[in-house]
Amino acid sequence: MSASAALAQFFAIALALALAPLLTGWVNMCRAWLQNRKAPPLLQPYYLLHKLFHKDVVLARGASPLFTFAPYVVFGCMLLACAIIPTLSTDLPFAPAADTIALVGLFGLARLFIALAAMDVGTGFGMLGGRREMLIGFLAEPALLMVIFTTALISQSTSIATIVDTLARGPFAIYPSLAFAGVAFAFVSLAENARVPVDNPATHLELTMIHEAMVLEYSGRHLALIEWAASLKLFAYSCLGLALFFPWGIAGSDSLAGLLPALPALAAKLAAGGALLALVETVNAKLRIFRAPEFLGSAFLFAVLGLLVRLLLENQA
Amino acid sequence: MRPKTAARVMKFFDEPVEFEKQPGIGAPVWRGRAGGGAALQAFAAAVRAAGGRLAALWGSDERPTAGCFRLHAVFGIEAGHAWLALDLPPDLFCPDLSGIFPAANRMQRAARDLVGIDFEGADRRPWLRHGGWPADWHPLRHDIGEPAGFANQVTDYDFVRVGGEGAHEVPVGPIHAGTIEPGHFRFSVVGERVLRLEQRFGYAHKGIERLFAGRAPAEGARLAGRVCGDSTCAYAWAYADAVEAACGASPPPRALGLRALMLERERVANHLGDLGARGNDASLAFGLAQFSRLREDWLRLNARLFGHRLLMDCIVPGGAALDLDASALSLIVEQCEAVGREVRALRRIYDEHAGLQDRFLTTGVLDMALARELSLSGLAARASGLILDGRAHRQGYTPPPPWATLGVRPASDERGDVAARAAVRFAEVAESLRLLRELAVGLPAGDVRAGLAPAAAGAGLGVVEGWRGEVIVGVALDAEGRLARVHPHDPSWQAWPALERAVLNDIIPDFPLINKSFNLSYSGADL
Repeated sequence: MSASAALAQFFAIALALALAPLLTGWVNMCRAWLQNRKAPPLLQPYYLLHKLFHKDVVLARGASPLFTFAPYVVFGCMLLACAIIPTLSTDLPFAPAADTIALVGLFGLARLFIALAAMDVGTGFGMLGGRREMLIGFLAEPALLMVIFTTALISQSTSIATIVDTLARGPFAIYPSLAFAGVAFAFVSLAENARVPVDNPATHLELTMIHEAMVLEYSGRHLALIEWAASLKLFAYSCLGLALFFPWGIAGSDSLAGLLPALPALAAKLAAGGALLALVETVNAKLRIFRAPEFLGSAFLFAVLGLLVRLLLENQA
Repeated sequence: MRPKTAARVMKFFDEPVEFEKQPGIGAPVWRGRAGGGAALQAFAAAVRAAGGRLAALWGSDERPTAGCFRLHAVFGIEAGHAWLALDLPPDLFCPDLSGIFPAANRMQRAARDLVGIDFEGADRRPWLRHGGWPADWHPLRHDIGEPAGFANQVTDYDFVRVGGEGAHEVPVGPIHAGTIEPGHFRFSVVGERVLRLEQRFGYAHKGIERLFAGRAPAEGARLAGRVCGDSTCAYAWAYADAVEAACGASPPPRALGLRALMLERERVANHLGDLGARGNDASLAFGLAQFSRLREDWLRLNARLFGHRLLMDCIVPGGAALDLDASALSLIVEQCEAVGREVRALRRIYDEHAGLQDRFLTTGVLDMALARELSLSGLAARASGLILDGRAHRQGYTPPPPWATLGVRPASDERGDVAARAAVRFAEVAESLRLLRELAVGLPAGDVRAGLAPAAAGAGLGVVEGWRGEVIVGVALDAEGRLARVHPHDPSWQAWPALERAVLNDIIPDFPLINKSFNLSYSGADL
């Protein structure tokens, strides 16, 4: 690993840590504007993190070490995910360490820990939230895998860096399969990031929550880590989506000259994506929870269609 | 059925109880005295058979004036309200009405906690008493004295258990994730499906009824207006009606017009807030933002014209506390037109939003038969097809002034689900805006306040159709003309048990939507 590669990797992680809350703030801002409300400051998520890190932790009676340990695991998983998803450049030293399937596994591991922690303290809401999260998760993961397999078939590799390299710098081609995969990925991203129409990140109705119900018992720095991890997850999914479906502008090398122009491209794409997410969240109501399987079922169907299109129509190319 | 003169003696349903019409110009109330427990039960059964309702029930220590404890029961019948008092024997035994009217259950338990009336064979779990005072100490008895700094006794409460494979309980509240009033909901569920819901309230009990005792009637108006903040006009008006009936006063026509104006403004403000909240419960925050803005504009005009955003203390016994000039009235008319336009546009958005309608339709269904059995009134009853509205004409019933000449068209919907309750709210907003314009344009000239002659040992009952339903206030004066006993009754007493039934075919995540589609009061029923 060269020094510049290590620097680029470090830069990618630092960028994710710094930008993730900004993306959350931007989405919240757009949501407020679309509802004709005065928006909270763009930096509000940072203020929240700052506040939470300075608060004492209140632990539920009977909480096991798993409960205190889980936020660190979740945060670590999301950070690692951000480290292997190409944000600015595809030349990441960590990338060979984990391929796309491992990435799905990372998200799965985080989900497992947060659901276990939710059930650990034994409150009714934690149980409800954990149960619902697993319902969403086991439907979303196969769809996500199918999306990734479609892209992997195009590049003949499951390494994200290779996939993105192929898509961004391969000979120009139109892949109809990617259109199907893209729709599926958008559906999965909404569900996985606890956004409307599957969940509502802004809700205070404890009986309808999914993600929020699981983290109700967390406070202080634990809650800060979970909030930050949620921002990182949104950031990771956004960057993954951009890298797979809109890979233009991602640098192929880790030189400063390559990275610098990639930054404004990323910022512009994230801003557009965040605004689009806010729009989707504004015009939709939340689904009745038993409709979520239908929603994710369609995602899986789209992903499979993408895969079939790839296998049947594009293979001759 | 309607009596020709005010003082004529009436009988209902061929029961031996004789009724006399209450004087005054409020909603029609007939007062009667039950000869005994059996007569009360027989009358209640006759009311039930005729499709009537139990409107309110409370106990009262009337030893200083009548020499005994009394049970008061108010029944909603075709012609208005029948107010029946029953003298209780010294052992305070009283027949149980909950077998005839399930709605009696909680009211009887409250009467037992507060006055010590023993209902034979009834549910004996405490309702308002959470261990804050001993079981043999009854705060509404005249000779009980001040509470002696009782240590809080933690009491077990016997929730009904549901057994079976996979069934478990989810306790919710009294402290919730959002900033709302306290109440405990015990769900028995299998997976997400609700098998049973049992509520426990009383966390907002603050001894309002005891606070009334010994005050001057004029002073009690302030307190009555604070029983339930979102219905302050309805409570203040019902209280004023009751005091006026007890004192034999009648407010001038302009005051009645102003009262109706305020009540309708209260109705619109609450419906606007609720319609926005319904959108938010389905995560359509756009609806909340729009309706909140409309409600805020509405309340600001209240503050400007009446000096109070929620219109507290604007209705007083004898009339209204303030008058509006022509420019104020024209502002109201202008606002009605502007708000009407926006609400019509928002209704189109709500009606055409597939996701929202999918959440609303067939969720939390309460059918008409059940609504009738549970003595439901008001908005929730109308959304289940029971067209009960104290402001509107119906067969055998003439509404009190000023409604009689306004021709109020009650909204109704047969579906009984969340969508129906939203539709009724939209329809009522439209109708209230029409009424407001008519009231503002046709407000009679004259005084807004009549003098209140002091009266000794009178009693009166006021009934007002608030935005949530029928608000009832019973007032009894002592020999010096002070308040001996005041019982404010919120429609939520009847509607909370209806909610327990409305969630049964649904899943836990739909509960907040169903609950808020009723939007019932904790404070108003916990007293």
